[in-house]
Amino acid sequence: MANEQHEVTLYDQVAAIPGGERLKSCLQCGTCGGSCPSGPDMDHTPRDIFAMILAGKREEVLKSNTFWYCVSCYYCTVRCPQQIPITAIMYQLKHIAAGNKAYSAEATAFSQTFINMVENFGRGFELGLATQFYLLNRPLAAVGMMPMALGMLTRGRMALLPTRIKDLNGLRAILRKAKQIARQRDLEAGVRA
Amino acid sequence: MKYAYYPGCSLEKNAAAYGDSFKAVTDVLSQELVELEDWNCCGATEYFSLDPLPAYALLARNLALVPPGLTDLVAPCSACYLNLYKTEHHLAERPQLNSDVNAALAEAHLSYKPGTVRVRHALDILVEDVGYAEIALHIKQPLRGLRLVPYYGCFFVRPGGLGSHNPEYPDVLDRLLETLGATTVDFPLKAACCGGHMPQINPETAYGLIYELIATAASREADAIITLCPMCQLNLDVYQAQANDHFGTHHSMPVLYFTQVMGLAFGLSPQAMGFGQEFISAQSILDKLAAPPPPPEEEPKKKPQRSKKALPMPRKIETGQVR
Repeated sequence: MANEQHEVTLYDQVAAIPGGERLKSCLQCGTCGGSCPSGPDMDHTPRDIFAMILAGKREEVLKSNTFWYCVSCYYCTVRCPQQIPITAIMYQLKHIAAGNKAYSAEATAFSQTFINMVENFGRGFELGLATQFYLLNRPLAAVGMMPMALGMLTRGRMALLPTRIKDLNGLRAILRKAKQIARQRDLEAGVRA
Repeated sequence: MKYAYYPGCSLEKNAAAYGDSFKAVTDVLSQELVELEDWNCCGATEYFSLDPLPAYALLARNLALVPPGLTDLVAPCSACYLNLYKTEHHLAERPQLNSDVNAALAEAHLSYKPGTVRVRHALDILVEDVGYAEIALHIKQPLRGLRLVPYYGCFFVRPGGLGSHNPEYPDVLDRLLETLGATTVDFPLKAACCGGHMPQINPETAYGLIYELIATAASREADAIITLCPMCQLNLDVYQAQANDHFGTHHSMPVLYFTQVMGLAFGLSPQAMGFGQEFISAQSILDKLAAPPPPPEEEPKKKPQRSKKALPMPRKIETGQVR
């Protein structure tokens, strides 16, 4: 809990998730990084990140690209000899970084655009997602995406219009309430100031 | 058996071949699917990345929509399966999370009691509930002569680090394809990652993973890669050309859903199974199946008898003779 005697550390925030405290038992064996499909593209492997969290290097951790490169394949989680819930920790680091705006906007752009589609329609909408994401974030790449989009359309694999669920208002009410509770829980756990 | 059915957004359009062929094979096997009324998107990996509690609530809404009387919820998309499975488990294990999620659901007059729904993958209900022996009874056109890669990807075998399959080297799809008469390729990358959402986040990372899978399948002379997830199919099929460009390769490896080839084996038409919707044409598969079966191998000739004039072969020494 946040109080004046004890400043909430990044470790505390990670340990707030079930099993998160197991981070302390990391052996630095490197199985996680060796199993990671994106490992070679991360600026720190998960093992580094864990050592950095324990060493109190909050800013360096939150600015690294490591957790944004996690594809959620769960190889590290099933292989970790210490049963550290590594994938869940990567999700938590994304959540902490996003809550503290400690990232470049590009890191969350795809996830945020996807979430917007879900909140607007209740369903995914690939054409809307692709158009909004590429035009706003990668206008140059958008041109290169055209043949693929056409291929999807001609094969009947992409809808031109979104599908809306019937009880969109109900879904939005659920999400609104969940976000409100989430803020409360984040304050209690010191994930957000 | 009667199942609650969660198709997920992909099966509506981009993976319609999967949705249509799954429904067709469950029909042949007399399994009943009851689609959830007004289901919503599972949030893929994106919602959990930024805001976990709303992500759980989003998924719990679908669990709450399972009609009373039905216990098993089937999701053919591995990402939907992962999210629903993970949510069900976490709600059961974490009382605080459960009460928070139910407080959110109450806003739409819904509620969910953990433990009431079993989340299942499409492949699991077919091989566990129907079973290989029953499936074999419906085969009209065995997939003889096809060399297929059983590719599982991540979420089916490691749903949130949980699940009952071997997380490294599963074999249920291997056994299914063999039941259908195909030859399976021993594939070391069978549970490796397809790249997930990486084509959008960092394309080079994705191309590397796609290339590894395609090149390994090609080096083992596979006719096709068989998937059980729309994201795997999309990455390996739709982005195969980009991965080829990136590495200067010219692979052309068809990527199909297991239900598509299952339908073929059941004698259903390729068109009804969604053949033709893939970017890398799978016509070669259809041609191979339509081709007349190869002539049976000739009986091996009898081993020629040893000439009586030949020198004697050394004899085995009987026990006791050794001095």
